[in-house]
Formats: sequence, structure tokens, C-alpha cells
Amino acid sequence: MGRSSSTKDAQALFHSLRSAYAATPVNLKIIDLYVGFAVFTALIQVVYMAIVGSFPFNSFLSGVLSCVGTAVLAVCLRIQVNKENKEFKDLPPERAFADFVLCNLVLHLVIMNFLG
Amino acid sequence: MAAPEASSAAVPTLMTNNTLRNAFGGVLSFFILLLIGVLAFSIRLFSVIKYESVIHEFDPYFNYRVTQFLTKNGIYEFWNWFDDRTWYPLGRVIGGTVYPGLTLTAGTIWWLLNSLNIPLSVETVCVFTAPIFSAFASWATYLLTKEVKGAGAGLTAAVLLAMVPSYISRSVAGSYDNEAVAIFALIFTFYLYIKTLNTGSLFYATLNSIAYFYMVCSWGGYTFIINLIPMHVLLCIVTGRYSSRLYIAYAPLVVLGTLLAALVPVVGFNAVMTSEHFASFLVFIIIHVVALVYYIKGILSPKMFKVAVTLVISAGLAVCCAVIAVLIALVASSPTKGWSGRSLSLLDPTYASKYIPIIASVSEHQPPTWPSYFMDINVLAFLVPAGIIACFLPLSDASSFVVLYIATSVYFSGVMVRLMLVLAPAACITSGIALSQAFDVFTRSIKFQLPGLSSNTEVDAGETSSATKEAQNDAVKTEKAEETSKDRPSRKSKKKEREHVEKPSTKTKAEKKRLLALPLEASVISLLLLVFLGAFYVVHCVWAAAEAYSAPSIVLTSHSHDGLHVFDDFREAYAWLRHNTDVDDKVASWWDYGYQTTAMANRTVIVDNNTWNNTHIATVGTAMSSPEKAAWEIFHSLDVKYILVVFGGLVGYPSDDINKFLWMVRIGGGVFPHIKEPDYLRDGQYRIDSQATPTMLNCLMYKLSYYRFVETDGKGFDRVRRTEIGKKYFKLTHFEEVFTTHHWMVRIYKLKPQKNRIRGKTKKSKSKTSSTSSSKRSERGLFRHGNVFGGKEAQNQFCISSILGLVPCATTGPPKRQI
Repeated sequence: MGRSSSTKDAQALFHSLRSAYAATPVNLKIIDLYVGFAVFTALIQVVYMAIVGSFPFNSFLSGVLSCVGTAVLAVCLRIQVNKENKEFKDLPPERAFADFVLCNLVLHLVIMNFLG
Repeated sequence: MAAPEASSAAVPTLMTNNTLRNAFGGVLSFFILLLIGVLAFSIRLFSVIKYESVIHEFDPYFNYRVTQFLTKNGIYEFWNWFDDRTWYPLGRVIGGTVYPGLTLTAGTIWWLLNSLNIPLSVETVCVFTAPIFSAFASWATYLLTKEVKGAGAGLTAAVLLAMVPSYISRSVAGSYDNEAVAIFALIFTFYLYIKTLNTGSLFYATLNSIAYFYMVCSWGGYTFIINLIPMHVLLCIVTGRYSSRLYIAYAPLVVLGTLLAALVPVVGFNAVMTSEHFASFLVFIIIHVVALVYYIKGILSPKMFKVAVTLVISAGLAVCCAVIAVLIALVASSPTKGWSGRSLSLLDPTYASKYIPIIASVSEHQPPTWPSYFMDINVLAFLVPAGIIACFLPLSDASSFVVLYIATSVYFSGVMVRLMLVLAPAACITSGIALSQAFDVFTRSIKFQLPGLSSNTEVDAGETSSATKEAQNDAVKTEKAEETSKDRPSRKSKKKEREHVEKPSTKTKAEKKRLLALPLEASVISLLLLVFLGAFYVVHCVWAAAEAYSAPSIVLTSHSHDGLHVFDDFREAYAWLRHNTDVDDKVASWWDYGYQTTAMANRTVIVDNNTWNNTHIATVGTAMSSPEKAAWEIFHSLDVKYILVVFGGLVGYPSDDINKFLWMVRIGGGVFPHIKEPDYLRDGQYRIDSQATPTMLNCLMYKLSYYRFVETDGKGFDRVRRTEIGKKYFKLTHFEEVFTTHHWMVRIYKLKPQKNRIRGKTKKSKSKTSSTSSSKRSERGLFRHGNVFGGKEAQNQFCISSILGLVPCATTGPPKRQI
């Protein structure tokens, strides 16, 4: 009985999550997709490392950290451009995007340096 | 001291116009900061004025040598520099084992000045790097404290840091060491972290990771940052202060910071492989989970959220346990549990003395005594608790960081006296907050009691103006903060607290203000006492800078009744080595003098202050504590030509080799068990008089130190140990004295060449026929020189070489021939 109620709960939860997420603006959804893609790429690399081995360790590290860093920065951008987030309402989205680009630039310069 | 002086100039600015006042405040703070910078720079010049513009102590000489190499050969040569003049015969890859921040900074400054046609020598730039960076450090302190508690507290903290003795001890002119730039980098990184936390700007987060990169370049103490910031993040999460600004401040820092740290060759993969960094990764994972939870909580209704929590907890707990188990297994599988020795000795203070004598032997790695706290941070020690209390009213993200910083650094400074340096900025910040809050309260109550007279006394009025300005700043800031973070759980209680503190400072709430005002007399007296306390601090700091911490330790002075004596023996000895020995000669000494020998005498050394190879140091320690013959064999096997010992018995210089000798025995005995410490102690006491053990009296260090010592005063009285030495008349058989400096502080000996073994044999076995022995000899001669000259001509060469004296030959040579 407990199981059936919990599955029902899970279903209800899933529905409400989906409906809540459907209300998200399109630009945030794009960012979410981007984050998901970056995390997915990082996972692929980790799996590859587990199968093949981590020999050029700096390459592996820079690959994974590039994906993780991209995801983290995109999450930051998402936080900043989110209209519902009251903390950043005086921060224009252009500024947030410029910061995002700068940070990405630094990140990938470092990664290119580290790639070996 | 710049603050009250300059704020008295603020009197004319007591206008009704607020913006004008703010503008004046900005200009004033700028000039005060300029003065603070000048103060920080000039208080560190005592060493140059009292002595001369030289590099100090031991490690700075190495840094100086590296900087010279960098400026001469360029950055690419520097990264690939393999130094063959140290750790003979191993050598050392300098580019990969050194924290390059300091060297690159000084090199850049030098290059910049030279391209501007300002021809300063590399040495001058190195000497003045530390004072310049201490000015930067006090400005960084201003910025950090301003972020925490407003401009007034910032200025006070900057003044305090500009002359805190603990920091002066590491950054006087000439003290060209990593800490000189690292403290600036440390404070600046913290400032940028707090700034990011307060603004939530990704731009500052980028700057923060670059500042962190500079810190990693500069000093091994960067692990303090990468552990303290995660601790603060965790604290914020646990106390329910999570905000998206926290995420922006922390998550990019971990990713970018880790990558940047891995770029520094000396750190390399350690940035992801050692446990010192694991805390940050763990918190990185935690903050993502927390961020996700907050996000879901935001988009779901409370009821559905409750359902989600129950579901996730039951499923997630199992996953968490598995992950933690894997992590623990990973950490436990590495030999020292993944922690390096120095860090372990931080966590367990007894670790070093138990396992690593080399770490324990360095005096700055010992735990400090209570007087050293008073010496190094003086009255700040009493102001710190008040500052911590002030941080709690009201507690913000930034002030909780300061509290955490002071708490951890107090612990670390209690473990290792060197880390008092990390405590000093924290103490300055908290005492700056305390002082400024106290001034704020007192001047406000004075002003309240004397509504018409406030402009009568200049100083009071000036301070009031700055205090009110600061209060306004605070009020503005807190309003902003209240707007920006409405969804925090602890808001209401905090708001009440804040009202309690902030309302009196605004003019509208006059009634509450009356309640908080102190009696006039009490506040005047307390103000005077505070000023007196500050004056005491200043006097102490100037005294410490002038007398205690300015000695360069390569030039020593002593005042006696007949005037000033200067002991310049070290440079005398190194100059002798440089001019009188061959370029490729190897000089052995205890590791303390390794850097100086390579830098000043330009000779190859066996061990130096970069104590990376314990066995090698133990070999030298064993040689020093062995009897003459065994020591000669060890040194000969290392191809050593000269031995340098430092001896203070004649002039009473206490940190000489005899006083360090027990460490040589311990370190040597740690690797070579035939050296036993009890052999050198009589009833557990270390002594060199006639009661000393025979092992002690016969060891090489004793002999080299006290050889011919009795000739100086006829008794052999050692002024450091305050006793007559035990063995006065002895000869050296395997070493010869080649140079002793003016005050006998450095003595240089040369290894006598290999003995004519044949002579010994012929002495022993005179009954043997000469034909057999000569045939044996010729065989050996053939063997020895066959490799060099080739097999065919070996016989001829043998004759020639025996005539030349290269091969000992009893039949032709005189019986007592010395080569």
C-alpha cells in the first residue's frame, strides 16, 4: 500500500514539476539545455576515462573541468538573468552576459594552456 | 595614526549637504590610504637605514639568486632551469620546485623600471619588494574591512595592519621572501571573495580566481584559502544563509581556481590529487545539491516540496553513503592518508616532532609561546574578542567570514609560530572593527550630550563626522542587503537585531539614541583610554620595527661599553670562498648555509635550505657527528673539497653549529642508526665541557669548531655555552684549516687529499719484501690508469704518472711525500 501511495506521490510530483517548469521563460530553458549538454559531455568523458584510462591526465582534467566550468558559469548566468530572482533585479542581462563571456574566456584560455 | 590627524581636517566639511560630505569623505579616505601606504613602506626601512641595503637571512638569498637568473636569462630558461650547483650530486629543478610568484613579481618590476630607463639593480628591487607589497596589503585590508563593516573600520584596520609587528618581521626591506607578497595576495583574495559574495557579480568571481592564482604562485599557504572558503560556504549553508550569490562566489572559484593552481608547476596535479584540496570539491558537490534543492523549493508548492523531500531523502541517503564510502577508501589508500607532512603537523601539532625531525628542527615551526603573541600582535590580542562580538551584531555573510578566519588562524598560529603571520591580518581586521565601533559609540554619545558644542573640540567633531558618515554607509548598505535577500529563513530575528543597532545611528530615532548614549565623562575617558591604547601600539610597533626585526642576520652588530661592533664575518667567509677556491669545488656545511653559499660564494653545495631530500641531509649530519676519519670518508665520497662551520664561541653568537648540533645528530640518526643521540649527551644534558662524552669530544663538529680555540685566550672559554671547552689541545689529521674569519664566526676547512696508502702499508709491513709490494702497486697503477690512457701504453704511462706524482710509488718517491 505504501508503495502505491508513494508512486502516486511521485507521479503527482512529476506532474507538478513539469507544469512548474513549463512556465519557465524560453531563454532560461535554452540555458538549461546548454547546462544539461555540458554535464552530459563531462559524464561521457568520465566514462571514457574509466574505460580507457586517464593517461594524459592533464588532457582529461582540462576536458572534464572545461565542461564542468561551462556548466557552472551557465548556471551563474541563469541565476543572474532569472527575472524571478529578486537579488539581481538591478543587474541588466547584458551585463550578466558580458561577465559570463569574460569568465568563459578566462576559463578556456587557462584550459588551452593546460591541455598540454 | 593617520586617521585622527586627517579627520581633524574634516572639520570644515561639516556641512548640511550630504553628497558634498560623502565626496569629501571619499577624497579624505583616499589621502588617508595614501598616508597609510607611505607609513607601511617607511616603517620597514629601518633595516636599510640602520644597516645597509642587503638581502636578509637565508631563504631570501635563494630567491635573490633565482631572480638574478630570471632577469639574466628570461622566463623560458627560468622554467627549465636545472640547478647543478646545489644538492650535489643530485641537483635541483628550480623551475618546477619553486613558488614563482615572488620571483616573477620582482622580475617584472625590474623589467618595467629598466624599460622606463630607471637603472635599478636587481638587488635593490628585491630589497624593496616587501615594503611595497606591505603597502598594497594594507590597502587590501582596507577594501576587505570596508566590505565587512564600512569605511571607518576599513581605515582603522589598514592602519593597524600597516604596522603590525608580526607582518613587519617578515617584510622589512631586504626580507625578500614569499610571505612578503603572499600576505597581500591572501588578503586580496579574501577581499574579492567577500566582494563577490556581497555583489553576486561573475566579474568579481573571475578576478577572485585570478587573485587566487597569484596566491598559489606565491606561497604554499594557499591551502589555507582553499580550505577556509569552503568552510565558510559550509557554515553559510548549515546556518541557512545559502543564497545564489554564495553559489556565484564559490562554484566558479573552485573550477577556475583548481585549473589555475594546476598550471603552477610546483603544485601541478596536486591540485586535484591531495587531500588538502578535497574539502573544496566536497563542498562544491554539496553546494550544487543545496542549490538544486533551493531551486526546486522555489518552483514547487510547499506541499509538493514536502513530498519531494521524503522521496529524495529515502533514495538519496543510500547513494550518499556509497559515495562517502568510496571517498574514504580513496583517501585511506594513499600512504599518509593523502596529507603532506607539513599539513599533518598543522592538524596534529605533535606529528612533526614525532616523525619529521627536519620540520621540527626549524625554529619557526615550533609552537609559539605566550610572550610571542604579545610581541607580535600586541594590544590587538585584547581587541580581537571585542571585534568578534562586533562582527556578530549584525551577523552578515561577510562578518561571519571574518569570524571564521580569525578562529582558524588563531588555531594555526598556536601550532606553528610562522603562521602568526596569517593571524596578523585577521587580528587587524577584527580589532579595526572593534576600535571603529567603540569610537563610533563614544563620539556619538558625546555628540548627543553636547548638541551645541559639537564643533568646539576639533578632534571630537571630526571623529563624529566620520562616524556618522560611516553609520550612513552602513545604513545604506544594510537597506540594500535587506532588499536583496528577502527569502532567507533567519531574516526576522536578524532584522530585529539590526534595528537595535542601526536605529540609534540614524537621526530620526532620537529616543532610542538617548537610551544608548553613555554619560559624557565616561565616554570622554574611554576615548582617551582608547587613544592611549593606540599610542601604546604605535610605540611598540616602531620599537619592534627598529630594534627587534630589522637585523639582516648576515651582518651582526653589538653594543658594548666601548661602542658599536660590527660582525661581518659571513660575507668575509663567502668572499674568501668565491675568490680562493675553484669554481667547481664543493662546499659542505649544515643546510642552513646552503642558500647563502650558492648565492654569495657561487660554489656548489651538498645540501641547502630547500630540505627536500632527508637522506642527503642526514648524510651530512652523520658526517658532522662522526669521528674525523669516518667523516672524511663520507665527505670524500661526496666529492667535497671544503667544509664550512659557523662558530659563535668567541664572540657569543648563539645560533651557531654547536647549538644546532643535536639536530644534526637526530636527523642523521633518523636515517643512519649507528648515530645515537644518547652518545652525545651526559645524563641527558648537552654539554661540551670536560664532562662531555667522548663521542661528543671526538666528533667532527666539535673538532672543527674548537680547533686552535685555546690559542685565543689560553683557556678555551666558550662564550655561548659559558664554559671552558672539554678538549683543548688536539690536532686534525684529515682536515686542514684554510680560513677563519676575523671574529672566528665562520671557519673553513679543506679536506686533506687521500692518504698515501702505500706508506701506511710499508710502515706496517716492513718485513715484507719490496718486490712483492711493488708488483702489487704496479698492478693497481695499471688498473687505475688503463682506463684513461689506454691499455697498450699503460706501462709507460704508469712510469710517467708515478714520476708526476699522480700514483703513489714507494720505490721512487720519498717515504713521506705529500701530494
